[in-house]
Amino acid sequence: MHEWALAEGVIQTATGIAEEQGLEKITEIVVRIGELQQIEHDILQFALEQLRTPLMKDAKYTLETIPGKLKCRICDEEWTFNPQGVGEAESEAIHFVPEVAHAYISCPSCGSPDFQILEGRGVLLASITGVKPDD
Amino acid sequence: MTDPRPGLIGRRLEGVDGIIAVSSGKGGVGKSMVASTLALHLAEKGHSVGLLDLDFTSPATHVILGIDGLFPEEEYGIIPPVTHGINYMSITFFALDKPTPLRGADVSDAITELLAITRWGDLDRLIIDMPPGLGDATLDVIRFIEGIRFLVVTTPSKVAYETVRKQLALLKKLQIPIIGVVENMTREPTDYVSLKVENDGAQYLGAIGYDERLEESIGDEARLKETKFYAEASKLYSKIN
Ligand SMILES: Nc1ncnc2c1ncn2[C@@H]1O[C@H](COP(=O)(O)OP(=O)(O)OP(=O)(O)O)[C@@H](O)[C@H]1O
Ligand SMILES: [Mg+2]
Ligand SMILES: [Zn+2]
Repeated sequence: MHEWALAEGVIQTATGIAEEQGLEKITEIVVRIGELQQIEHDILQFALEQLRTPLMKDAKYTLETIPGKLKCRICDEEWTFNPQGVGEAESEAIHFVPEVAHAYISCPSCGSPDFQILEGRGVLLASITGVKPDD
Repeated sequence: MTDPRPGLIGRRLEGVDGIIAVSSGKGGVGKSMVASTLALHLAEKGHSVGLLDLDFTSPATHVILGIDGLFPEEEYGIIPPVTHGINYMSITFFALDKPTPLRGADVSDAITELLAITRWGDLDRLIIDMPPGLGDATLDVIRFIEGIRFLVVTTPSKVAYETVRKQLALLKKLQIPIIGVVENMTREPTDYVSLKVENDGAQYLGAIGYDERLEESIGDEARLKETKFYAEASKLYSKIN
């Protein structure tokens, strides 16, 4: 259900950008969902539907999945996060605060927890499209 | 690409009347003891209070207050569990007792996430236990939390105050309100710190003596409240609004 909190952030941020750009309506909102955070797409989608405002009443929501790409700072190994190898409690913790992955995951090559999250961390608003009054 | 989280933080905190960061340029001076007991003191006085432990590498308030076996509830975000009359949130809920080695950018991301998803509800005061120094956590709470005020802790040592002095200068430069400075672990009365603080344009709130028996009360709320530390600290806390 913490997807709701993130959906709220998406709606609020999209609204802010639309106002800045002087859009009278939003036609599409593209959201990138990083796999590290293990977001439930259905719940996020549902929350986004429920939180629609008149400004985005006909907008299309596009949800893109981005694999969690990690890179070791010690040996430069790059790998993709795989939730299968992580326990249930650990998964839940990473779901709330993805950075705690550093407590549970280490480099498959050298074992270091000093890795970088290159992409696919969490929820990002990729873009919004809309129409201006004079379009 | 826009991060949807920072915009939420103001909303998550809109029901909170006052936010106090317990902070010090210096480590090990008693910030976590002060933050924990300040939260206990306010709860005891009947205020609704939250305590947020933002020290991701060495969270300590759960040890001081003896908090164990709790987990936040997930409901349109996360709701801090209530313990000892305090709405409590800490990274320890998610680190599951494991070390979390985090670099600056990760610290910042984790702080943003916690602030964006935690639903504090209506509170009179939110106390934040800060990690030492002027790093990411300090800069982030200043960046994200409008109206935050700093309660600064030092020890009588010149070494501690040297860094605290710089912290006070930074806060002033950024126009962040400073509640005052608490001098902790004094062993004998001296006026070194009090004179310095006044000279540096902040309020000296008073001293808390070194309490030999504090250690044996750690983890036990009732015993903490009977310590000399708590009695002296409470006197100072009653000057804070
Ligand atoms: N007045 C005091 N008398 C005796 N012991 C004290 C006093 N104040 C703090 N301590 C002890 O000193 C130690 C450091 O305190 P604390 O953890 O609160 O410091 P801190 O500033 O939060 O440290 P850090 O910078 O690591 O976060 C603890 O063991 C605490 O119990
Ligand atoms: Mg501390
Ligand atoms: Zn490696």
